[in-house]
Amino acid sequence: MSSLQEPSRKTAGPILTWHGAVQGARSALVLIPGLVVFAVAFGAAASAKGLSLLETVMMSAFVYAGVSQLVAIELWRPEWSWGAIAGLAVVTATVNARLVLQGASLQPWLAPYPKLVNALHLFFFTDANWLIGTRYHAEGGRDLGVLFGAGFIIWINWILATIPGYLLGSLVADPRRYGIDLVMPIFFASMLVPLWRGRSAAVPWIVAGIVALVTAKLVEGYAFIIVGALSGALVGAFRDDRA
Amino acid sequence: MTVPDPVLWGALAAIGAMAVATYLCRISGVVLMGFIPLTPHVRRGLAALPGSIVVATVLPLIERLGFAAALALLAAIGSMVLRRSELLALIVGMGVISGLRALGW
Repeated sequence: MSSLQEPSRKTAGPILTWHGAVQGARSALVLIPGLVVFAVAFGAAASAKGLSLLETVMMSAFVYAGVSQLVAIELWRPEWSWGAIAGLAVVTATVNARLVLQGASLQPWLAPYPKLVNALHLFFFTDANWLIGTRYHAEGGRDLGVLFGAGFIIWINWILATIPGYLLGSLVADPRRYGIDLVMPIFFASMLVPLWRGRSAAVPWIVAGIVALVTAKLVEGYAFIIVGALSGALVGAFRDDRA
Repeated sequence: MTVPDPVLWGALAAIGAMAVATYLCRISGVVLMGFIPLTPHVRRGLAALPGSIVVATVLPLIERLGFAAALALLAAIGSMVLRRSELLALIVGMGVISGLRALGW
């Protein structure tokens, strides 16, 4: 595949190159081992709950959102009513609602691209390539290929690693022991360093953290991410010192 | 008239519903922000959003995972400050948590 669109001479135009996609895929490589273990754990849980291999792989391929897939396995049932399906969709949307905010934060970058291009690459949009793309954009990068490449390589590995997990199932050792459950939290936390813009700019983060902690105590589920992050953004929006 | 329950295709319909719900989450932030003019306030809010999402995601998780996890994340951040490498930060963080858990923390 050659570049979908040559980088324009003027820096203002939207850029999307094969080179950027390779760069994005490279930056995602550090996450692959942890991701594989997570996918294997999902495959094992799905086979234990009685899903077929095809159903398990389809879920990884089309839903492609690890935490919501594990939650769905918890709620999985042998027979489905439309009500149960609608309920599962609502739970899935709640768990993945953070993607709405993550997408919103990238909108100024994505806005100049054709709607169809955004509709396609956003299928691969997930925590990891949001983090990689956010860091890349914060450091002045503008090539959309980076976001897409990182998302795509993670998607492929996520699907592939689901299969041995399903087949080997109970042979999988406890991932907690090797700290696999901390891969994404560590990746999230280390992203604060490149995002750091001085103490004053960190005030919204502190508000976001406190509100999220309180919300997590009061409300079940994953609402704390949305409530905390929105509080931080609001504080950021209405602080009167220079942006 | 009632729609018959999805007996044969129930599991696939459930997966399809999850896929649609997740895809809508993926695109709706970008789509919705397209209707909101980028005033200075909105711009500043968006600038504060990534860090706020990170902190709002991680802090309650640390609180749930415990003191050893907090130490591991601090070690990873420290490594990131000294050497801007995500790979090293991951290795340091996971080394700390595996060590502490092996010690029974």
